[in-house]
Amino acid sequence: MANEATLHKDSPLWGGGRQPLGVSYGKQMMWFFLLSDALSFSGFLTAMGLYRFKYEETWPVAENVFTHFPFMHGDAPLLFVALMTFILILSSVTMVLAVNAGHHMNRKGVILWMGLTIIGGFMFLGSQAWEWYHFISGDKGAMKMEDSTILYFSDMEGKIVTLHELVDGTPGAHGEHYYFTTEQVREAFTANGEVTLRNPGKTEETYSREEALAMMSNAEVVQGASLTENEYGHVLFADFFFFVTGFHGTHVLSGVILNIIIFINVIMGTYDKRGHYEMIEKVGLYWHFVDLVWVFVFTFFYLV
Amino acid sequence: MSNHPKLPSEHHESPEGTWWIWKVFIILLVVTTVEVVLGIIKPAPLMTQLLGTSILNIIFIVLTLLKAFYIVAEFMHLKYERSNFIWTITLPMVILIPYLTFIVLTEGGYMNVFE
Repeated sequence: MANEATLHKDSPLWGGGRQPLGVSYGKQMMWFFLLSDALSFSGFLTAMGLYRFKYEETWPVAENVFTHFPFMHGDAPLLFVALMTFILILSSVTMVLAVNAGHHMNRKGVILWMGLTIIGGFMFLGSQAWEWYHFISGDKGAMKMEDSTILYFSDMEGKIVTLHELVDGTPGAHGEHYYFTTEQVREAFTANGEVTLRNPGKTEETYSREEALAMMSNAEVVQGASLTENEYGHVLFADFFFFVTGFHGTHVLSGVILNIIIFINVIMGTYDKRGHYEMIEKVGLYWHFVDLVWVFVFTFFYLV
Repeated sequence: MSNHPKLPSEHHESPEGTWWIWKVFIILLVVTTVEVVLGIIKPAPLMTQLLGTSILNIIFIVLTLLKAFYIVAEFMHLKYERSNFIWTITLPMVILIPYLTFIVLTEGGYMNVFE
Protein backbone atom coordinates (compact mmCIF):
# COMPACT_ATOMS: atom_id res chain seq x y z
CA MET A 1 0.00 0.00 0.00
CA ALA A 2 2.71 2.47 0.94
CA ASN A 3 4.45 1.89 -2.39
CA GLU A 4 1.29 2.50 -4.32
CA ALA A 5 0.61 5.74 -2.51
CA THR A 6 4.01 6.98 -3.57
CA LEU A 7 3.52 5.78 -7.10
CA HIS A 8 0.24 7.64 -7.58
CA LYS A 9 1.18 10.74 -5.61
CA ASP A 10 0.75 13.11 -8.55
CA SER A 11 -2.36 11.51 -9.95
CA PRO A 12 -5.73 13.13 -9.19
CA LEU A 13 -7.27 9.65 -9.28
CA TRP A 14 -7.58 7.35 -6.33
CA GLY A 15 -4.73 4.88 -6.34
CA GLY A 16 -5.48 3.12 -3.12
CA GLY A 17 -5.30 -0.43 -4.34
CA ARG A 18 -8.24 -2.59 -3.30
CA GLN A 19 -11.64 -1.04 -3.82
CA PRO A 20 -13.17 -0.74 -0.35
CA LEU A 21 -16.64 -1.85 -1.43
CA GLY A 22 -15.40 -4.35 -3.98
CA VAL A 23 -17.18 -2.66 -6.86
CA SER A 24 -15.91 -0.23 -9.46
CA TYR A 25 -16.80 3.45 -9.38
CA GLY A 26 -19.26 3.18 -12.26
CA LYS A 27 -21.18 0.28 -10.82
CA GLN A 28 -21.28 1.85 -7.38
CA MET A 29 -22.66 5.12 -8.75
CA MET A 30 -25.29 3.24 -10.75
CA TRP A 31 -26.38 1.59 -7.50
CA PHE A 32 -26.56 4.92 -5.70
CA PHE A 33 -28.59 6.41 -8.53
CA LEU A 34 -30.98 3.46 -8.38
CA LEU A 35 -31.23 3.91 -4.62
CA SER A 36 -32.39 7.51 -5.03
CA ASP A 37 -34.72 6.51 -7.86
CA ALA A 38 -36.25 3.82 -5.66
CA LEU A 39 -37.03 6.50 -3.10
CA SER A 40 -38.72 8.65 -5.77
CA PHE A 41 -40.93 5.78 -6.81
CA SER A 42 -41.81 4.90 -3.24
CA GLY A 43 -42.77 8.54 -2.76
CA PHE A 44 -45.17 8.37 -5.72
CA LEU A 45 -46.70 5.07 -4.69
CA THR A 46 -47.09 6.19 -1.08
CA ALA A 47 -48.78 9.41 -2.17
CA MET A 48 -51.13 7.33 -4.27
CA GLY A 49 -51.85 5.10 -1.27
CA LEU A 50 -52.70 8.16 0.81
CA TYR A 51 -55.27 9.48 -1.68
CA ARG A 52 -56.63 6.02 -2.20
CA PHE A 53 -57.44 5.71 1.50
CA LYS A 54 -58.84 9.22 1.53
CA TYR A 55 -61.20 8.74 -1.43
CA GLU A 56 -62.05 5.09 -0.95
CA GLU A 57 -65.70 5.40 -2.10
CA THR A 58 -64.85 6.90 -5.46
CA TRP A 59 -61.44 5.30 -6.02
CA PRO A 60 -61.89 2.92 -8.96
CA VAL A 61 -61.32 -0.81 -8.60
CA ALA A 62 -58.65 -1.82 -11.12
CA GLU A 63 -60.72 -4.73 -12.47
CA ASN A 64 -63.34 -2.27 -13.70
CA VAL A 65 -60.73 -0.13 -15.41
CA PHE A 66 -58.23 -2.37 -17.16
CA THR A 67 -60.48 -4.93 -18.77
CA HIS A 68 -59.27 -5.18 -22.35
CA PHE A 69 -57.11 -7.83 -23.92
CA PRO A 70 -56.23 -7.66 -27.63
CA PHE A 71 -58.42 -9.87 -29.86
CA MET A 72 -60.42 -11.07 -26.87
CA HIS A 73 -64.09 -10.39 -26.29
CA GLY A 74 -65.63 -9.46 -23.01
CA ASP A 75 -63.94 -8.46 -19.80
CA ALA A 76 -60.49 -9.88 -19.11
CA PRO A 77 -59.26 -7.99 -16.08
CA LEU A 78 -55.58 -8.23 -15.09
CA LEU A 79 -54.63 -10.45 -18.04
CA PHE A 80 -53.03 -7.73 -20.10
CA VAL A 81 -50.93 -6.35 -17.23
CA ALA A 82 -49.94 -9.91 -16.41
CA LEU A 83 -48.68 -10.23 -19.98
CA MET A 84 -46.78 -6.94 -19.64
CA THR A 85 -45.20 -8.20 -16.42
CA PHE A 86 -44.24 -11.43 -18.15
CA ILE A 87 -42.59 -9.51 -21.03
CA LEU A 88 -40.58 -7.38 -18.61
CA ILE A 89 -39.46 -10.35 -16.49
CA LEU A 90 -38.43 -12.22 -19.62
CA SER A 91 -36.40 -9.26 -20.86
CA SER A 92 -34.74 -9.15 -17.44
CA VAL A 93 -33.80 -12.80 -17.89
CA THR A 94 -32.25 -12.14 -21.31
CA MET A 95 -30.33 -9.24 -19.71
CA VAL A 96 -28.83 -11.55 -17.06
CA LEU A 97 -27.91 -13.96 -19.83
CA ALA A 98 -26.17 -11.09 -21.67
CA VAL A 99 -24.21 -10.21 -18.51
CA ASN A 100 -23.35 -13.87 -18.12
CA ALA A 101 -22.10 -14.08 -21.71
CA GLY A 102 -20.07 -10.92 -21.07
CA HIS A 103 -18.27 -12.59 -18.19
CA HIS A 104 -17.12 -15.24 -20.63
CA MET A 105 -16.06 -12.59 -23.18
CA ASN A 106 -18.56 -14.17 -25.54
CA ARG A 107 -19.40 -11.34 -27.93
CA LYS A 108 -21.89 -13.30 -30.05
CA GLY A 109 -23.77 -14.32 -26.90
CA VAL A 110 -23.92 -10.73 -25.65
CA ILE A 111 -25.21 -9.55 -29.04
CA LEU A 112 -27.95 -12.20 -29.08
CA TRP A 113 -29.18 -11.66 -25.51
CA MET A 114 -28.93 -7.86 -25.58
CA GLY A 115 -30.79 -7.83 -28.87
CA LEU A 116 -33.61 -9.85 -27.31
CA THR A 117 -33.63 -7.54 -24.29
CA ILE A 118 -34.10 -4.52 -26.55
CA ILE A 119 -36.95 -6.26 -28.38
CA GLY A 120 -38.56 -7.04 -25.02
CA GLY A 121 -38.26 -3.38 -24.07
CA PHE A 122 -40.01 -2.28 -27.25
CA MET A 123 -42.75 -4.87 -26.71
CA PHE A 124 -43.35 -3.50 -23.23
CA LEU A 125 -43.50 0.09 -24.48
CA GLY A 126 -45.93 -0.95 -27.21
CA SER A 127 -48.15 -2.68 -24.66
CA GLN A 128 -48.11 0.37 -22.48
CA ALA A 129 -49.09 2.60 -25.40
CA TRP A 130 -51.98 0.24 -26.13
CA GLU A 131 -53.12 0.36 -22.53
CA TRP A 132 -52.89 4.15 -22.36
CA TYR A 133 -54.91 4.38 -25.57
CA HIS A 134 -57.76 2.34 -24.10
CA PHE A 135 -57.56 4.12 -20.77
CA ILE A 136 -57.76 7.54 -22.44
CA SER A 137 -60.51 6.56 -24.90
CA GLY A 138 -62.67 5.17 -22.14
CA ASP A 139 -64.53 1.96 -21.66
CA LYS A 140 -67.96 1.90 -20.03
CA GLY A 141 -68.66 5.60 -19.60
CA ALA A 142 -70.01 7.28 -16.47
CA MET A 143 -71.80 10.36 -15.14
CA LYS A 144 -70.22 13.34 -13.45
CA MET A 145 -72.42 14.76 -10.70
CA GLU A 146 -72.75 18.43 -9.85
CA ASP A 147 -69.99 18.11 -7.21
CA SER A 148 -67.69 16.34 -9.76
CA THR A 149 -68.19 12.92 -8.18
CA ILE A 150 -68.18 10.14 -10.75
CA LEU A 151 -70.97 7.56 -10.59
CA TYR A 152 -71.41 4.45 -12.75
CA PHE A 153 -74.69 3.21 -14.19
CA SER A 154 -75.64 -0.14 -12.74
CA ASP A 155 -78.58 -2.44 -12.32
CA MET A 156 -80.27 -2.61 -8.93
CA GLU A 157 -77.74 -5.21 -7.71
CA GLY A 158 -74.78 -3.00 -8.54
CA LYS A 159 -73.63 -4.71 -11.75
CA ILE A 160 -72.18 -2.05 -14.03
CA VAL A 161 -74.23 -1.02 -17.08
CA THR A 162 -72.26 0.60 -19.89
CA LEU A 163 -73.48 3.69 -21.71
CA HIS A 164 -73.85 1.65 -24.87
CA GLU A 165 -76.02 -0.91 -23.08
CA LEU A 166 -78.10 1.87 -21.59
CA VAL A 167 -78.67 3.89 -24.75
CA ASP A 168 -78.59 1.17 -27.39
CA GLY A 169 -79.60 -1.90 -25.39
CA THR A 170 -76.66 -3.93 -26.74
CA PRO A 171 -73.05 -4.25 -25.46
CA GLY A 172 -71.58 -2.76 -28.66
CA ALA A 173 -68.77 -4.13 -30.79
CA HIS A 174 -65.65 -5.07 -28.87
CA GLY A 175 -62.74 -2.63 -29.00
CA GLU A 176 -64.86 0.13 -30.52
CA HIS A 177 -65.34 3.40 -28.71
CA TYR A 178 -68.77 5.03 -28.83
CA TYR A 179 -69.58 8.51 -27.67
CA PHE A 180 -72.95 9.70 -26.41
CA THR A 181 -74.39 13.09 -25.51
CA THR A 182 -75.71 13.88 -22.07
CA GLU A 183 -79.24 14.30 -23.48
CA GLN A 184 -79.21 10.84 -25.09
CA VAL A 185 -78.07 9.23 -21.86
CA ARG A 186 -80.47 11.14 -19.63
CA GLU A 187 -83.39 10.25 -21.90
CA ALA A 188 -82.45 6.56 -21.92
CA PHE A 189 -81.99 6.59 -18.15
CA THR A 190 -85.39 8.15 -17.51
CA ALA A 191 -87.01 5.56 -19.77
CA ASN A 192 -85.31 2.54 -18.18
CA GLY A 193 -86.60 1.79 -14.68
CA GLU A 194 -84.14 -1.05 -14.13
CA VAL A 195 -81.06 1.16 -14.02
CA THR A 196 -79.66 3.24 -11.18
CA LEU A 197 -76.36 4.87 -10.17
CA ARG A 198 -73.59 3.41 -8.00
CA ASN A 199 -70.29 4.45 -6.48
CA PRO A 200 -67.21 3.36 -8.43
CA GLY A 201 -65.36 2.30 -5.28
CA LYS A 202 -65.10 -1.18 -3.86
CA THR A 203 -68.09 -0.66 -1.56
CA GLU A 204 -70.27 -0.80 -4.73
CA GLU A 205 -72.92 1.22 -2.91
CA THR A 206 -75.97 1.84 -5.14
CA TYR A 207 -78.44 4.72 -4.96
CA SER A 208 -82.19 4.32 -5.03
CA ARG A 209 -83.92 5.04 -8.33
CA GLU A 210 -85.45 8.27 -6.97
CA GLU A 211 -82.13 9.59 -5.70
CA ALA A 212 -80.50 8.66 -9.00
CA LEU A 213 -83.17 10.45 -11.04
CA ALA A 214 -82.75 13.60 -8.93
CA MET A 215 -78.98 13.50 -9.30
CA MET A 216 -79.18 12.90 -13.04
CA SER A 217 -80.81 16.25 -13.73
CA ASN A 218 -77.55 18.15 -13.20
CA ALA A 219 -75.12 15.44 -14.22
CA GLU A 220 -73.15 15.17 -17.43
CA VAL A 221 -71.64 12.30 -19.36
CA VAL A 222 -67.92 11.56 -18.96
CA GLN A 223 -66.19 9.21 -21.35
CA GLY A 224 -62.52 8.46 -21.21
CA ALA A 225 -59.88 9.88 -18.92
CA SER A 226 -57.57 12.86 -18.89
CA LEU A 227 -55.77 14.83 -16.22
CA THR A 228 -58.97 16.73 -15.41
CA GLU A 229 -61.72 14.16 -15.94
CA ASN A 230 -61.89 10.44 -15.35
CA GLU A 231 -64.82 8.19 -16.15
CA TYR A 232 -63.47 5.40 -13.93
CA GLY A 233 -63.76 7.30 -10.67
CA HIS A 234 -61.81 9.89 -8.76
CA VAL A 235 -59.78 12.12 -11.08
CA LEU A 236 -56.65 11.60 -8.97
CA PHE A 237 -56.66 7.96 -10.02
CA ALA A 238 -56.14 9.04 -13.62
CA ASP A 239 -53.51 11.57 -12.59
CA PHE A 240 -51.56 8.95 -10.66
CA PHE A 241 -52.00 6.47 -13.48
CA PHE A 242 -50.51 8.85 -16.04
CA PHE A 243 -47.82 10.04 -13.70
CA VAL A 244 -46.60 6.77 -12.18
CA THR A 245 -46.88 4.52 -15.24
CA GLY A 246 -45.62 7.41 -17.36
CA PHE A 247 -42.59 7.90 -15.14
CA HIS A 248 -41.94 4.18 -15.24
CA GLY A 249 -42.43 4.13 -19.01
CA THR A 250 -39.90 6.96 -19.33
CA HIS A 251 -37.46 4.78 -17.42
CA VAL A 252 -38.15 1.88 -19.78
CA LEU A 253 -37.63 4.15 -22.78
CA SER A 254 -34.32 5.49 -21.49
CA GLY A 255 -33.33 1.92 -20.59
CA VAL A 256 -34.01 0.83 -24.17
CA ILE A 257 -31.96 3.75 -25.51
CA LEU A 258 -29.05 2.94 -23.16
CA ASN A 259 -29.28 -0.72 -24.18
CA ILE A 260 -29.16 0.24 -27.87
CA ILE A 261 -26.06 2.41 -27.34
CA ILE A 262 -24.28 -0.39 -25.49
CA PHE A 263 -25.50 -2.91 -28.08
CA ILE A 264 -23.84 -0.87 -30.84
CA ASN A 265 -20.65 -0.68 -28.78
CA VAL A 266 -20.70 -4.46 -28.36
CA ILE A 267 -21.07 -4.94 -32.11
CA MET A 268 -18.18 -2.56 -32.72
CA GLY A 269 -16.01 -4.57 -30.34
CA THR A 270 -15.47 -1.74 -27.83
CA TYR A 271 -15.55 -4.06 -24.84
CA ASP A 272 -13.27 -6.66 -26.42
CA LYS A 273 -10.70 -3.87 -26.81
CA ARG A 274 -11.30 -2.72 -23.25
CA GLY A 275 -10.79 -6.26 -22.03
CA HIS A 276 -13.99 -6.59 -20.02
CA TYR A 277 -17.76 -6.33 -20.45
CA GLU A 278 -18.56 -4.50 -17.23
CA MET A 279 -20.64 -1.93 -19.10
CA ILE A 280 -23.22 -4.65 -19.75
CA GLU A 281 -23.49 -5.15 -15.98
CA LYS A 282 -24.11 -1.42 -15.44
CA VAL A 283 -26.91 -1.12 -17.99
CA GLY A 284 -28.13 -4.49 -16.71
CA LEU A 285 -28.51 -3.03 -13.21
CA TYR A 286 -30.62 -0.21 -14.62
CA TRP A 287 -32.73 -2.61 -16.65
CA HIS A 288 -33.41 -4.89 -13.68
CA PHE A 289 -34.37 -1.85 -11.65
CA VAL A 290 -37.00 -0.97 -14.25
CA ASP A 291 -38.36 -4.50 -13.83
CA LEU A 292 -38.23 -4.15 -10.05
CA VAL A 293 -40.25 -0.93 -10.11
CA TRP A 294 -42.82 -2.53 -12.38
CA VAL A 295 -43.29 -5.36 -9.88
CA PHE A 296 -44.34 -2.75 -7.32
CA VAL A 297 -46.45 -0.71 -9.75
CA PHE A 298 -48.20 -3.93 -10.75
CA THR A 299 -49.04 -4.72 -7.14
CA PHE A 300 -50.11 -1.28 -5.99
CA PHE A 301 -51.94 -0.20 -9.14
CA TYR A 302 -53.58 -3.36 -10.36
CA LEU A 303 -53.74 -5.91 -7.54
CA VAL A 304 -54.21 -4.25 -4.16
CA MET B 1 -1.52 -1.22 -13.38
CA SER B 2 -3.45 -3.73 -11.34
CA ASN B 3 -4.73 -0.99 -9.03
CA HIS B 4 -6.02 1.32 -11.68
CA PRO B 5 -9.45 2.55 -10.59
CA LYS B 6 -10.95 1.93 -14.02
CA LEU B 7 -10.51 -1.81 -13.70
CA PRO B 8 -13.76 -3.77 -13.41
CA SER B 9 -15.20 -4.77 -10.09
CA GLU B 10 -13.78 -7.73 -8.26
CA HIS B 11 -15.67 -10.62 -9.64
CA HIS B 12 -17.69 -12.47 -7.05
CA GLU B 13 -18.88 -15.66 -8.57
CA SER B 14 -22.54 -16.39 -9.01
CA PRO B 15 -23.19 -20.09 -9.60
CA GLU B 16 -21.69 -21.68 -12.72
CA GLY B 17 -23.74 -21.93 -15.89
CA THR B 18 -27.17 -20.44 -16.47
CA TRP B 19 -29.44 -22.82 -14.55
CA TRP B 20 -29.80 -20.38 -11.65
CA ILE B 21 -31.09 -17.70 -14.02
CA TRP B 22 -33.88 -19.97 -15.22
CA LYS B 23 -34.59 -21.01 -11.65
CA VAL B 24 -35.18 -17.39 -10.67
CA PHE B 25 -37.26 -16.88 -13.81
CA ILE B 26 -39.50 -19.82 -12.88
CA ILE B 27 -39.91 -18.46 -9.35
CA LEU B 28 -40.87 -15.00 -10.63
CA LEU B 29 -43.24 -16.51 -13.15
CA VAL B 30 -44.98 -18.76 -10.62
CA VAL B 31 -45.33 -15.98 -8.05
CA THR B 32 -46.80 -13.62 -10.67
CA THR B 33 -49.24 -16.30 -11.84
CA VAL B 34 -50.36 -16.91 -8.25
CA GLU B 35 -50.89 -13.15 -7.82
CA VAL B 36 -52.93 -12.85 -11.00
CA VAL B 37 -55.09 -15.89 -10.20
CA LEU B 38 -55.74 -14.61 -6.66
CA GLY B 39 -56.47 -11.16 -8.09
CA ILE B 40 -59.05 -12.53 -10.50
CA ILE B 41 -60.91 -14.96 -8.22
CA LYS B 42 -60.47 -12.94 -4.99
CA PRO B 43 -61.23 -15.88 -2.66
CA ALA B 44 -63.81 -14.81 -0.08
CA PRO B 45 -61.94 -16.18 3.01
CA LEU B 46 -58.97 -13.95 2.14
CA MET B 47 -61.06 -10.79 2.09
CA THR B 48 -61.18 -10.72 5.91
CA GLN B 49 -59.83 -7.50 7.35
CA LEU B 50 -56.46 -7.58 9.06
CA LEU B 51 -54.17 -4.66 10.02
CA GLY B 52 -56.40 -2.18 8.21
CA THR B 53 -56.49 -4.03 4.92
CA SER B 54 -57.56 -7.44 3.61
CA ILE B 55 -55.51 -10.61 4.10
CA LEU B 56 -55.35 -10.85 0.31
CA ASN B 57 -53.60 -7.48 0.07
CA ILE B 58 -51.09 -8.54 2.69
CA ILE B 59 -50.42 -11.70 0.65
CA PHE B 60 -49.90 -9.53 -2.45
CA ILE B 61 -47.41 -7.31 -0.65
CA VAL B 62 -45.49 -10.26 0.78
CA LEU B 63 -45.30 -11.93 -2.66
CA THR B 64 -44.16 -8.64 -4.19
CA LEU B 65 -41.36 -8.31 -1.65
CA LEU B 66 -40.40 -11.90 -2.41
CA LYS B 67 -40.14 -11.09 -6.11
CA ALA B 68 -38.19 -7.92 -5.32
CA PHE B 69 -35.76 -9.98 -3.24
CA TYR B 70 -35.06 -12.36 -6.12
CA ILE B 71 -34.63 -9.55 -8.65
CA VAL B 72 -32.23 -7.60 -6.43
CA ALA B 73 -30.33 -10.53 -4.96
CA GLU B 74 -29.94 -12.70 -8.05
CA PHE B 75 -30.53 -10.63 -11.19
CA MET B 76 -28.84 -7.51 -9.84
CA HIS B 77 -26.26 -9.78 -8.27
CA LEU B 78 -26.33 -7.99 -4.92
CA LYS B 79 -26.21 -11.26 -2.97
CA TYR B 80 -22.74 -11.94 -4.34
CA GLU B 81 -21.26 -8.53 -3.59
CA ARG B 82 -19.13 -7.86 -0.55
CA SER B 83 -21.22 -7.54 2.62
CA ASN B 84 -20.30 -3.90 3.33
CA PHE B 85 -21.64 -2.98 -0.10
CA ILE B 86 -24.81 -5.00 0.44
CA TRP B 87 -25.45 -3.04 3.65
CA THR B 88 -24.60 0.27 1.98
CA ILE B 89 -27.41 -0.30 -0.50
CA THR B 90 -30.03 -2.13 1.55
CA LEU B 91 -29.88 -0.21 4.84
CA PRO B 92 -31.02 3.15 3.39
CA MET B 93 -33.84 1.31 1.61
CA VAL B 94 -35.12 -0.63 4.60
CA ILE B 95 -34.93 2.45 6.82
CA LEU B 96 -36.09 5.23 4.50
CA ILE B 97 -38.90 3.54 2.57
CA PRO B 98 -40.88 2.34 5.61
CA TYR B 99 -40.21 5.71 7.26
CA LEU B 100 -41.51 7.58 4.23
CA THR B 101 -44.59 5.38 4.02
CA PHE B 102 -45.26 5.70 7.74
CA ILE B 103 -44.90 9.46 7.86
CA VAL B 104 -47.00 10.12 4.76
CA LEU B 105 -49.81 7.78 5.74
CA THR B 106 -50.05 8.85 9.38
CA GLU B 107 -49.49 12.58 9.01
CA GLY B 108 -51.47 12.65 5.76
CA GLY B 109 -54.48 11.55 7.77
CA TYR B 110 -54.87 15.12 9.02
CA MET B 111 -55.05 16.47 5.50
CA ASN B 112 -58.42 17.79 4.40
CA VAL B 113 -57.27 19.89 1.49
CA PHE B 114 -60.25 19.25 -0.73
CA GLU B 115 -63.04 19.41 1.80
